[in-house]
Amino acid sequence: MARQLIKGNEAILKSAVLAGCRAFYGYPITPASEITEAAAKYLPRVGGVFLQAESETAAINMIYGAASAGVRVMTASSGPGISLMQEGLSYLAGAELPCVVADIMRGGPGLGNIAPEQSDYFQVVKGGGHGSYRTIVLAPDSAQEMADLTALAFELADKYRNPVFVLADGTIGQMMEPVEFMARPVAPPRFPWAVEGNAATRNNLVSSIYLEPDALEAHVNKLEEKYRRCEREEVRCEQYRTEDAELVLVGYGIVARLLKSVVEELRSEGWPIGLLRPITLYPFPTAAVRRLAGQASLFAVVELSTGQMVDDVRLAVEGRCPVEFHGRTGGNIPSTDEIIRFLKNVWGRRRAAPRVDELEVLHA
Amino acid sequence: MPEPNVSAPPEGLTLIHSKAAAFYDHYERKSELQNQTHYCPGCGHGVAHKLLARAIDELGVQDRTVLVSPVGCSVFAYYYFDVGNVQAAHGRAPAVATGIKRARPEAIVISYQGDGDLAAIGTAEILHAANRGEAITVIFINNAIYGMTGGQLAPTTPVGCWSTTSPYGRNIWNEGYPLHVVETLASLEAPVYLERVALGNSKQVMQAAKAIRRGVENQVKGLGFSLIEVLSPCPTIWKETPVEAQRRVREELAQLYPLGVVRDKTKDAPRRPAPSFPPPLTALPELLDIEESETLAPPVPASHDHADWRIKVAGFGGQGVLMLGEVLAEAGLAAGLEVSWLPSYGPEMRSGTSNCHVRLSARPVDSPLVTQPNVLVALNEPSLRKFLPEVAPGGYVLYNGPEPPADCRRPDVRLLAREFVALADRLGDARVGNIVTLGALLEAAGVVEEQFVDRALARLVKQARLLDLDRKALAAGREAVHQEAPHDIP
Ligand SMILES: Cc1ncc(C[n+]2csc(CCOP(=O)(O)OP(=O)(O)O)c2C)c(N)n1
Ligand code: SF4
Repeated sequence: MARQLIKGNEAILKSAVLAGCRAFYGYPITPASEITEAAAKYLPRVGGVFLQAESETAAINMIYGAASAGVRVMTASSGPGISLMQEGLSYLAGAELPCVVADIMRGGPGLGNIAPEQSDYFQVVKGGGHGSYRTIVLAPDSAQEMADLTALAFELADKYRNPVFVLADGTIGQMMEPVEFMARPVAPPRFPWAVEGNAATRNNLVSSIYLEPDALEAHVNKLEEKYRRCEREEVRCEQYRTEDAELVLVGYGIVARLLKSVVEELRSEGWPIGLLRPITLYPFPTAAVRRLAGQASLFAVVELSTGQMVDDVRLAVEGRCPVEFHGRTGGNIPSTDEIIRFLKNVWGRRRAAPRVDELEVLHA
Repeated sequence: MPEPNVSAPPEGLTLIHSKAAAFYDHYERKSELQNQTHYCPGCGHGVAHKLLARAIDELGVQDRTVLVSPVGCSVFAYYYFDVGNVQAAHGRAPAVATGIKRARPEAIVISYQGDGDLAAIGTAEILHAANRGEAITVIFINNAIYGMTGGQLAPTTPVGCWSTTSPYGRNIWNEGYPLHVVETLASLEAPVYLERVALGNSKQVMQAAKAIRRGVENQVKGLGFSLIEVLSPCPTIWKETPVEAQRRVREELAQLYPLGVVRDKTKDAPRRPAPSFPPPLTALPELLDIEESETLAPPVPASHDHADWRIKVAGFGGQGVLMLGEVLAEAGLAAGLEVSWLPSYGPEMRSGTSNCHVRLSARPVDSPLVTQPNVLVALNEPSLRKFLPEVAPGGYVLYNGPEPPADCRRPDVRLLAREFVALADRLGDARVGNIVTLGALLEAAGVVEEQFVDRALARLVKQARLLDLDRKALAAGREAVHQEAPHDIP
């Protein structure tokens, strides 16, 4: 297929349909609405279901129903809507139902604004719902990856029977770039565990209740085993010029693209600098960070938030070297110049005082 | 929730003896006492379960039935019903049922809910499922109290009645009046069948049996939304014997909540259209407006080896700012360049200004944000003021106006001021002012060859008349560059 100029948001929906998605339940919110609008346009054409729900609460529960019935299903929203979906996500994870949720992040807290931020990291990656569960989280940085990672999201959702997020910010959702879609559409699969309303599946039950403490613990342990396997098998990240990097930048989504320019520019000035871009935020590329922490003398994390992913970087670095942070919010995206100024400042400081004291490492 | 140890039916309910086929023989999902239900003696849930199982038997739809159990005392309905089972979050059963029914229209989907579940936390879900006319059946058990959590106030608790959260009795100034569910839903157009029944004596139970059967049958016939409200005893929380509780259902609840059919459109309900047959997989790309490989971009022409265009287009909403950018990006793609296009979005658009960032590059585009443009297209003065300082030295600036304001000039950029929109107006349509400007940009800066721009326009402009006009506009823009103008900075 041709490379075609298309908005990231639209790429998500088209790729989803090619990946076998046949149901979409959603509620409009900027900057994710194009996904919902594309679903309204295309799903009826392919014999699928589109429904604008009365709320995100209803939407995620319709997804619970559709997933129970064995359909590949998705929704899309942004911060405030994702907050409302957390109840349903916990139930989906507890009942081991696959689904895909696209979160095109905007500014918060509260109503915030509609400009791009990355401040849903905590509620999406750490799980904003109740109980010991995880959601798998993929973080595209281009329209092409919006398509590719959406297709992957459906695969992983089925493989792990768990909700999978495509987590992007408003910029990636709104921008157009050339996208090449998968060559061969996937036929919607059937699932032996689904409740389809027929004799073959009459004995099936979809539920997240385990009344007995031991039964619930066994269930939670089983989920946990699944997540451990996911951590072993599904980590994805991109490393850019990190071979000999002493200064390692970490950023995802739109920020990673800015950081790439920064690496280019500072490399041309002779800096030993590289970029680690997590593509899966859960499972987090802990091992890759840890490895680089052995060779680097400084990590610098940039986010469109006041610092959320940086916690995971610090956990992975385990104090091997200091971790600096630069964040912008409100829809402001730092310029490469701003980032370079920040790096010159912290890098200079570290060079001047290479010895790291314990307290500073944790609270840099 | 009190665990029962006897399941002797209360007086008046003895008409149901044998076990329905839609019940499991043995309740294996229960951890103990697998021969009896978890419901208290005299509980309305037990009776309603039997009536529903009967209806499923009689209609011969056991294999097709999917039961959605709620949160409440009937959370474990799936212990008993030998049908497909899905357990939902508190109040969300109608949304879950919607997802199932839409996915499997052949399934008989039944949402079974209590009054806290349906009439409090799930009010939005039931109202909208009813209003959409979802082709599901809802069994609504109204026992005027929260049973499972130990006797808190329900939206349906009568005024003055005690509960653990209305210890002085329900007070209209604090909790308002009891909610009448079937009457409320009857204000909607879509529901096909709404009836309220009671379990106060055997006559009422027989009517309830009929109503529940009717509710399921409607779905079997392919009709829309049916809901049966069942006034139901909860002797445990009411602190009454089963007999006393039944009397209360008969004499008090049925007075507050009148029994009977409040909606019956089963004769004249419009039929839902049958779902369409899905297209073959091979048809998907075309249905999704995805293009085939014939339109694949050609190899990069040598002249673009070092291309790195960082373009910002800005102006009023309605001036075609976003489209100008899109044409450039499409043309760049056709010319084999890497491209990106990023719009301003949301209220910014509505407030009347609009801009977009476009990159055309021989190398992969690192950042789609253009902070230091080497081309600025400013279709109005505010845009020129705002973005001129950002332009890289040596960059091109195209300004729609006779000349830039005196305080808005830079000697180190190549500025071209022309009245592009007025030119477009003379061509017959001010709306192609953006394309006139594009023509001038191509003439002044090159950027990308005409053939690719033409291809981009042909893709984006579907109307032949407009395409023709756009081509004229391009030419006019090119020409305009060569007219003398006092403020041109070469
Ligand atoms: C979100 C949420 N809030 C509260 C609860 C606790 N809860 C469980 S059942 C219930 C009330 C059920 O009452 P009703 O629907 O009338 O059913 P009954 O037990 O009387 O049959 C409540 C409040 C819950 N499970 N989930
Ligand atoms: S508490 Fe009430 S509603 Fe719950 S099982 Fe007992 S009688 Fe039934």
